[in-house]
Amino acid sequence: MPTLVSHPDEVKVISRRFGLGAAEIDKYIELDGYKAARLAAEKGPEWIINEMKASGLRGRGGAGFPTGMKWSFVPKQSAKPKYVLVNGDESEPGTCKDHVIFLHDPHTVIEGAMIAGMAIGAKTGFIYLRGEYRYLLKIMEKAVADAYAKGFLGKNIFGIVGLDFDVITQTGAGAYEVGEESALMESLEGKRGVPRIRPPFPAIVGLYGGPTVINNAETIAAVPHILRMGGEAYAKLGSERNGGTRLFGISGHVERPGIYELPMGYNLKKAIYEVAGGIKDGKKLKAVVPGGSSCPVLLPEEIDIGLDFDQMGKAGTMLGSGGIVVLDETVSIVEFALRVIKFYQHESCGWCIPCREGTDWIKKTLTRVYEGGGQKKDIDNVQYLAENMMGRTFCPLGDAAAMPTLGFVKKFRKEFEEYVEGKQSGTKLMPAQELVEIH
Amino acid sequence: MTKGIMSVVANTIFSPELAARFDKLVTIYPLRRSALVPMLLYAQDELGYISDAAVHEIAARIGIFELDVRNVLSYYSMLRTKPAGKYNVQVCTNISCMLRGGYEILEHCKSKLGVEHKGVTADGKFSLEEVECIGACCWAPAMQVNYDFHEDLTPAKVDTILDDYAHGRGKDVK
Repeated sequence: MPTLVSHPDEVKVISRRFGLGAAEIDKYIELDGYKAARLAAEKGPEWIINEMKASGLRGRGGAGFPTGMKWSFVPKQSAKPKYVLVNGDESEPGTCKDHVIFLHDPHTVIEGAMIAGMAIGAKTGFIYLRGEYRYLLKIMEKAVADAYAKGFLGKNIFGIVGLDFDVITQTGAGAYEVGEESALMESLEGKRGVPRIRPPFPAIVGLYGGPTVINNAETIAAVPHILRMGGEAYAKLGSERNGGTRLFGISGHVERPGIYELPMGYNLKKAIYEVAGGIKDGKKLKAVVPGGSSCPVLLPEEIDIGLDFDQMGKAGTMLGSGGIVVLDETVSIVEFALRVIKFYQHESCGWCIPCREGTDWIKKTLTRVYEGGGQKKDIDNVQYLAENMMGRTFCPLGDAAAMPTLGFVKKFRKEFEEYVEGKQSGTKLMPAQELVEIH
Repeated sequence: MTKGIMSVVANTIFSPELAARFDKLVTIYPLRRSALVPMLLYAQDELGYISDAAVHEIAARIGIFELDVRNVLSYYSMLRTKPAGKYNVQVCTNISCMLRGGYEILEHCKSKLGVEHKGVTADGKFSLEEVECIGACCWAPAMQVNYDFHEDLTPAKVDTILDDYAHGRGKDVK
């Protein structure tokens, strides 16, 4: 069972029911559960979307798109049924925040999905969990069954005629790519998880061809809290244009790794040194990957910035999924960069050539550098390959592989050169284990 | 046989419980095919792997070609067409786990079990896999045995966990 941590600087909104037994529906109701859904049902779709817009909530999966705006793109009239799809295929290395939401507060995901359904006029919601999260799927399935038993799901919810909402839970079977929204829809339709070209966007043509709102599980979990406290009050917790709070997962070389709920805009340096207790065993900080493995690395002198989408963007990186990975002075960046690209090479679905070939060639080239057989032009080649992947694929996986690679090579070029010059070489990742499944 | 449970598919290769579950699963979605990925995973949970017979029956249940099933089967990393050990030990070595000793845990498991990546022990009890991020980054290093998470690992802790499974004391989450 994942350990719960806490720190005085935390502002508990999403995490306020963590550790209180809210997976049980009676406890959830006692802790104000399903009150936001009732309020939303009384006030109507326009009010919901306005509150969501006022909240400044931006997508917690990593893209940071304003949620209220996303919901407003769904056409009011549609010949095909509309859907809500909750993305719980959490797979970005460094990210385990949805894990604790499903574990401690599953009903808030159901309630959030239901409210999203009311806002856009959808009567069915899907909650998709990655296959590895089987024990969490069981918790979600029980929560859904309990919600039906109490009349919070099904027909005529709250006794309101015509207020119907069904929830179907779904499991994946191991695929990072399926966390991308269009591949997620493919997977849910029983196909290989390859991305779809956009436009059309899911809000117009999504799941089963119907207009679909796809939100990250944490985004959806924030919704009931926002409606209860009011959009403006929620917005005020965060920084400018970045409403509210967020679950930050701090991992790697820190004294107290864990999931902490901090206001948007909270200082990254403080998060590492105060909230997470500083660098493990009193070592020196070498680098920070600030929002999951796809985010370009930050140097120690670059981390005195606020954790929100805009400030991180200005610093040349991303807030991403909120998974902060901390590297101490002992880490070889070449080794780390190779481990990152091995992951993306393994997870590239193969649909778009720049990503399929690019990740493979970067991996091969970096492997040679790491083993000690590299040449100076290998470093340039890695950079060239990464630059040519950017923006040339259906989905952002290609970018997700290229961006961190470019960050490592640009900011730690000297270290790569040391490997090429034979001053350093590594063996930990060797022999290169091919994580290839043969069927 | 469990009383009262009867699948709509005659001569099903699955247990009556799973067959009944599949009967229902194909009906809950707007399209039957949406049941495919869960069915493959649940079939594997019961059989240990996806056999040819499982592919055949799942294709028939959904009403698609076997080729369609295999096309999807080959995509997802948790699905396999060969048996694994009774306890499939999956050690994460992705970044957060690597920083906190994931590779040392993997090496420890290799020497303890005497198998390499994707290997199965001679008695069929254990298999070992190096896996990508399993979503336990803040509790690294971590591994899963079947579906059960084990976190904040040390080699000594791994020994206890594996011994527990070997002696039937481990949780067997399916």
